[in-house]
Amino acid sequence: MDKNLKHKGNRVNSGVHFMLGNYAVVEGALAAGCDYFAGYPITPANEISELMSKRLPEVGGVFVQGEDELFSIYSVVSASLAGAKAMTATASAGFNYMQEGIGYASAVEAPCVIVNVQRCRGENFATQSDVMQMRWGASGDYESIVLAPSTAQELFEYTALAFNLAEEFRNPVIVMSETTLALMRERVEIPEKEQIKNHRRAYTSLSPEKYLPFKAKDNRPPDFAPIGKGYHTLYTLNYHNEDGSIDWNDKGYKKLYQRITGKISENRDKICKAETYFMEDADSVIITYGSEVRPALDAIEMARNDGKKIGLLKLITVWPIHETLIKEIAKNVSRVFVVEMNIGKYVNEIERICLPFCPVTSITKNMGIIHTKDEIYSAIKEIL
Amino acid sequence: MVQLKTNPLRKYIRNEKLPHFFCPGCGCGQILNYFLKAVDDLKLDIEKIVTIGGVGCTARIPVYLNTDSLHGVHGRTLAWATGIKTYQPDLKVVIFAGDGDLLSIGGNHFLHAARRNLDVTVILVNNFNFAMTGGQVAPTTLLDSVTMTTPFGSVEKPFDACELATCAGATYVARWNTAKPVQTVKSIKKALQHKGFSLVEILSQCPTNFGRYALKTGNPQKVLEWIEEKSITKIKAEKLSENELKNKFILGEFKDKKQPIFQGTSLFKEEDR
Repeated sequence: MDKNLKHKGNRVNSGVHFMLGNYAVVEGALAAGCDYFAGYPITPANEISELMSKRLPEVGGVFVQGEDELFSIYSVVSASLAGAKAMTATASAGFNYMQEGIGYASAVEAPCVIVNVQRCRGENFATQSDVMQMRWGASGDYESIVLAPSTAQELFEYTALAFNLAEEFRNPVIVMSETTLALMRERVEIPEKEQIKNHRRAYTSLSPEKYLPFKAKDNRPPDFAPIGKGYHTLYTLNYHNEDGSIDWNDKGYKKLYQRITGKISENRDKICKAETYFMEDADSVIITYGSEVRPALDAIEMARNDGKKIGLLKLITVWPIHETLIKEIAKNVSRVFVVEMNIGKYVNEIERICLPFCPVTSITKNMGIIHTKDEIYSAIKEIL
Repeated sequence: MVQLKTNPLRKYIRNEKLPHFFCPGCGCGQILNYFLKAVDDLKLDIEKIVTIGGVGCTARIPVYLNTDSLHGVHGRTLAWATGIKTYQPDLKVVIFAGDGDLLSIGGNHFLHAARRNLDVTVILVNNFNFAMTGGQVAPTTLLDSVTMTTPFGSVEKPFDACELATCAGATYVARWNTAKPVQTVKSIKKALQHKGFSLVEILSQCPTNFGRYALKTGNPQKVLEWIEEKSITKIKAEKLSENELKNKFILGEFKDKKQPIFQGTSLFKEEDR
């Protein structure tokens, strides 16, 4: 990165746009301070790399097209350890390869953002079939933060949010995009620069002699010291002590991974975001995420016209799962419907939380195309 | 009373992490020494050096160095190096990789980093086998060698890492062995000062695994003697026929060239304004 070059680009393209979903991701990343991107060609995520290759150098960032997805994820993680706000984007098959690097990023607590545009195996049809892989696809113990946009506007907003969460918790954050959203053009309103949060991880105030790179409070990430500033930090995948050194210690191992997972799971209520629709008088509820929110809302409109009191819970944060809110809702309704575009995966988690309180019905479609409102409503009508 | 002196290179070591984990007679300790001698001679600022190791015996070298280091993932060293070097070009990035790490699982990253002329130094420690895992065949194992996964002798032709790097586009390439400390240090110094992708391959003895299985000796000296017997300098090699060079290790400097370095795939230039 040549910091001496004068740059002409705008980081924040404020205004109203008619924008491709994949482009909205790029704008969200830049608005949140992204200054390193690595990617490898894969449909339907290509437009993210393409726009990044133009926009990033214009604002003084680094763009690299690597030799594979392993390159992408590892160079993103190392750039992050050098102080960058770094991101990569891929689609399902490429996301497989990245699992390895996501595991490393969570072990060394490197903030980074991964956009996974889900597609069917080998084909670019619509799906949400990676929803479980995004949680625990890598080996080892960690917790993921996964955000699920349902519009181009949300692709912009949640990509920016992903950077802020990654920086706050020093953890990889995944934006769960879909073919449906990535290749759709919609209205996107980008606010003024001052209105967009641009959070940066906490840097240590200690001198190198006193600094311990992995010493942190319970359920918090450690303070950061970038590479090249005399802190001499070892970032290893292996079990590491608070000083970063490799030294097997059974109790230390337990404590380290309690903290690495606890900083996400114990802060669940702070991290988790959701929106509710028509919940005031609802006696049953659809829980869904991503593009499926759209036909689900239309189906609720149909149901309401027929006098059925159905509400909607839209999960913005898919992982960690919003356990508190889901449990609260389950206590107050007679049935939960889970709408998703796969063989029925996330429904298992919803069942785990809801079944003591109310029955759960899975409404799935796994045909490479999003549900129609009629399909969802007719599935509901079979029960209600 | 004899006055004990501390090795002047100890200042670059995480002393509290000693003793190291290398087997007695392993070449990694020597190579760690050669590298630090080069750093010390050049008076490089250790704060600006990032050392990277993947997985394997060689990959452990950075664990003992008092630098910023990345470690613990097999084969991804050059992907890490690219992220750091393109984002912070002022840093000097040095990769310590074994033959398995760099040429087997990391082979593709190696080719592309060399092709791009990424401005980093790779110190390849070639001990002809996967040593940490117990002595399996590697892409560098010589034909007919017995290893833990070639009990009847290796049937695959090995890679020549220096030739590979040269063809791929590396701009400084040299090979020595652990019995040639002066030449090795000299080449590491040149590599560290080189602007572009530099590779120094060091043939090294692994008495515990390669020695015991392929050479039927666990004696480090005997393994090193075997390497020395097969080693021949580039100048001498030029006079020999292809047949005479069979199973020989050619030592020397193979490439030293100035070429534009990699700073990113898409570069914004002032004239594009």
